[in-house]
Amino acid sequence: MSRRRWMLQTAPLLVLGPLAHRSVIAQPDAAAVRLNAALQAFSQGRPITAAQDRLSIEIDALVENGNSVPVRIRAVSPMTPEDHVQRMLLLAPRNPQPQVALFHLGPYSGRAEVATRFRMAESQTLIALAAHSDGRIFRAQAEVIVTLAACLEN
Amino acid sequence: MNRAVVRLPETFKLGEVIEVTAMASHPMETGYRTGDDGRIVPRHILSELRCDFDGQLVFRMELSPAITANPWVAFPLRVDRAGLLSLTWTDDRGQAFREQIPLQPR
Repeated sequence: MSRRRWMLQTAPLLVLGPLAHRSVIAQPDAAAVRLNAALQAFSQGRPITAAQDRLSIEIDALVENGNSVPVRIRAVSPMTPEDHVQRMLLLAPRNPQPQVALFHLGPYSGRAEVATRFRMAESQTLIALAAHSDGRIFRAQAEVIVTLAACLEN
Repeated sequence: MNRAVVRLPETFKLGEVIEVTAMASHPMETGYRTGDDGRIVPRHILSELRCDFDGQLVFRMELSPAITANPWVAFPLRVDRAGLLSLTWTDDRGQAFREQIPLQPR
């Protein structure tokens, strides 16, 4: 290959390379945007406190079948009329839609604990939120590895 | 036709907190899947489960496409009196079905 031809072939790469790279960086992470929207919709701007001792996600760290993943969310609360959990939210940020389920509870619940089964599109860190009657919102996380993800395409 | 199974502890005392488990038959079609004809299968999910006890709303769940087919849920309830437990599932097309069980604490 002549030196001139080499220059002609690589020059566009030199020019476009940095631009292509920049456009990738500038692209907002769609999953992060969706997650922020879900957090905002739940908290309505109130502060969210990370507190694994006030809220826990019970789930296997390694899941074989992403099509049916059992999960249990448990908050610490006396569940009295004066002091109770009103809402609990489960988020799977790397699913096509982060919100998995929103639960509405009250003093008549007696315990702040719910369980369900859901689909996971890929391995990810799940987030649970609990909104208490006094306005506090607690957050817990759980990292889950999925061997066989829930099939989205088919 | 939709069917649902609601399970309760065999016996419970007045004032006891019990766990109600419920499963409804439903495909929970996500709306992300392609059918045999190559087209997207339209979303069709149960979007809400509400539970009333003796006429009072005591639990509500908003479901998303991430919930499995034949949605299963467990939730707590303090049984402070005898009364009718009523679970109502509603899908995203406005169709609803109901399962009712009388609660009799011993």
